[in-house]
Amino acid sequence: MRRPTRGTPPRSVALPLAAVMAAAGLAGCARQPDPGTVTVLNSATNTAEHEANQDHFDRCAEPLGLRVDQISVPADQVATKALRMASSDSLPDILELDGSELPQFAETGGLLPITSAGVDTSVLSDSAVSLGSHDGAQYGVARSVNSLALIYNAELLAEAGLEPPATWEELRASAAELTGGDTYGMAFSASPNADGVYQFLPFFWSAGGDETALDDGAGDAALQLWKDLVDDGSASRSVVNWNQQDVNDQFISGRAAMMINGPWQVPVLDGQDDVEWAVASIPVPEAGQDPVPPIGGTVMTVPAGGDEEREQNAGAILNCLNSEENQLAWGERVNNVPTREDAAAAYREQNPKLAPFADLVATARSRTAEVGTGWPVVADAMSGAFQSVLTGRTTPGDALERAQRQTRTGE
Amino acid sequence: MTTPHSPAGTTPGADSPHDVARRSAERGRTRRRLYQWLFVAPALLYMVGFFGFPLVNNVVMSFQEYTPTTYFTGEAPFTGLDNWRAVLGDGLFTDAIWQTLLFTAGSLLGQFTIGLALAVFFSRRFRLSGPIRAVLLLPWLVPMVVSAVVWRRIMDQDHGVLNSFLSVFGMDAVPWLASPSVALLSAVLVNIWIGIPFNMVILYGGLQEIPRELHEAAALDGAGPWRAFRSVTLPMLRPVITVVLVLGFMSTIKVLDLILALTGGGPADSTQTLGTLTYQLSFLQLDFGQGAVVGNVLILISAVFAVLYLRVNRADLGKGK
Repeated sequence: MRRPTRGTPPRSVALPLAAVMAAAGLAGCARQPDPGTVTVLNSATNTAEHEANQDHFDRCAEPLGLRVDQISVPADQVATKALRMASSDSLPDILELDGSELPQFAETGGLLPITSAGVDTSVLSDSAVSLGSHDGAQYGVARSVNSLALIYNAELLAEAGLEPPATWEELRASAAELTGGDTYGMAFSASPNADGVYQFLPFFWSAGGDETALDDGAGDAALQLWKDLVDDGSASRSVVNWNQQDVNDQFISGRAAMMINGPWQVPVLDGQDDVEWAVASIPVPEAGQDPVPPIGGTVMTVPAGGDEEREQNAGAILNCLNSEENQLAWGERVNNVPTREDAAAAYREQNPKLAPFADLVATARSRTAEVGTGWPVVADAMSGAFQSVLTGRTTPGDALERAQRQTRTGE
Repeated sequence: MTTPHSPAGTTPGADSPHDVARRSAERGRTRRRLYQWLFVAPALLYMVGFFGFPLVNNVVMSFQEYTPTTYFTGEAPFTGLDNWRAVLGDGLFTDAIWQTLLFTAGSLLGQFTIGLALAVFFSRRFRLSGPIRAVLLLPWLVPMVVSAVVWRRIMDQDHGVLNSFLSVFGMDAVPWLASPSVALLSAVLVNIWIGIPFNMVILYGGLQEIPRELHEAAALDGAGPWRAFRSVTLPMLRPVITVVLVLGFMSTIKVLDLILALTGGGPADSTQTLGTLTYQLSFLQLDFGQGAVVGNVLILISAVFAVLYLRVNRADLGKGK
């Protein structure tokens, strides 16, 4: 048997080759942060958003003799990216998180109480403070916040001689009346993710629902209202698939006369001429009650354990970003409501069309104020509840009882 | 290669020609072995670093309380079987396993049958067969998430093209994605559509390899098209079929992006699979320990099938195929 003699190349080639291949795996080194640069991790991946952010950062950093570098990743990856950075000790100086993610981070002890970085929080509204707080300490500052409101097709309502509904009863009646042909009276998102949960909360909370005791009976009415709207034919059965973007698409294509949505849709709504839109407050169970929508938005935090000078620099930039003038400019840019009471009042005056949002934010609640780090589990249980009710699998009472059991085992 | 034995009676240490030959042969062998290992080393290091380490880590993680805090402090206390108990005790896990298996079996069955039928169809060359085959490849070129978003519109209950089409035949609107009893079927249908090109291309390649003479001989023996397909085409195609099915299985069982974009696991958890469940536990609830449990189950299922595949292949080799 003859063996082919292949294999051993000359030694002069073989050893360096193997060495290079082995060394390639060891490459990579840590970046040394420059003292004059403040790094930010946020979700401004869209060019316009990134530039707007940079513009505001520069406005504040230049007078302090600092430079700001943004690292932007898609919104749903900010938390995991930050965790990876934490494990390699390379967290940015400012970490911008979604408000609902803050407790998870604060709980780790990895965030600095924001006042220790020299940030003045006394000027912020109570709801903004609660959005950035965990366990009684404030870790994050929101420049502006959003909420949900009833956005309606002014033309269709005028044709039907209707005012935007203020109570659930009116909502159900108006939605039924506005339904016809290709148009549903009402659209909302009941998708099995954060979008659906966000939209369910204004109904659940306004009805007196309590996220720490889902099965106390108060929330049943909210589920029943959603169920009724779908059963009446006033809302599509597809709401269980629609995220908030889909809901907006339905609205601007004229297939929904009213919808629940947030101010982040304003650029899209403004960019079309087919539908004349207006904003009203969220309907409440009984006339005269205050609506309790959720408060949303991002909060800027300062990771702990860094160099004190860097922390103070970050704090100084945060203070500047939250001056009345800058908050107002930022709020108008992103159509969100500023969190300083003085800036919010000015915003309300300058944007009468979006004024209902400014009012709603005043009574809005933070999703994590009660349950803190337990929120993801509660949110998941809640979405399970409205999905199974809307698809006719169970009754509101049973659904919420099951949801409550789920949150208990999730603890 | 055999080493020559030094004859008995030679003084040790004396450099007889035999000894020199033996030593140089030994040296050559050691050197050759060293070089072999040096060339294997990069691949081995890569495998250990990028497959072995994460795999072991994932198993270890499933016994730990691995939360965001771990990333900051590096501490992940061992909690024994707590994670496993929590995941296995959750009714959703059982549902997800069933749904994953149904989804995988349904998808493979549909993809494979239609893919094979199309491959056989196109293996008879006819005018325009090339361009049509190229068009059928399109689903493969479209990113999965884009397909899912388009299908979401097609399957919309009120305004979707699919229901408008069905209404031509007087059928009622089907709640493709809005009803828990139909949604999994819809997801399977979309995945079949996505998977047909892959199956078709590989099986078409396999068909081209079958010598024409075999079919001619079968025809001479009086075999009709069906008999020829069953007794000639299928047995000859067997190795290709196993490859297609195993690869299809591996890529289907871990499905995540399609489901997330199509239904998000809903309605009422009816399209939750092991993939979406591990995503939900690890990246939404940030409970990496429990997410790892589901991931391990997924790896285990895949491993079982990978071993089956290797066995089948070895049996094939043994038969000289």
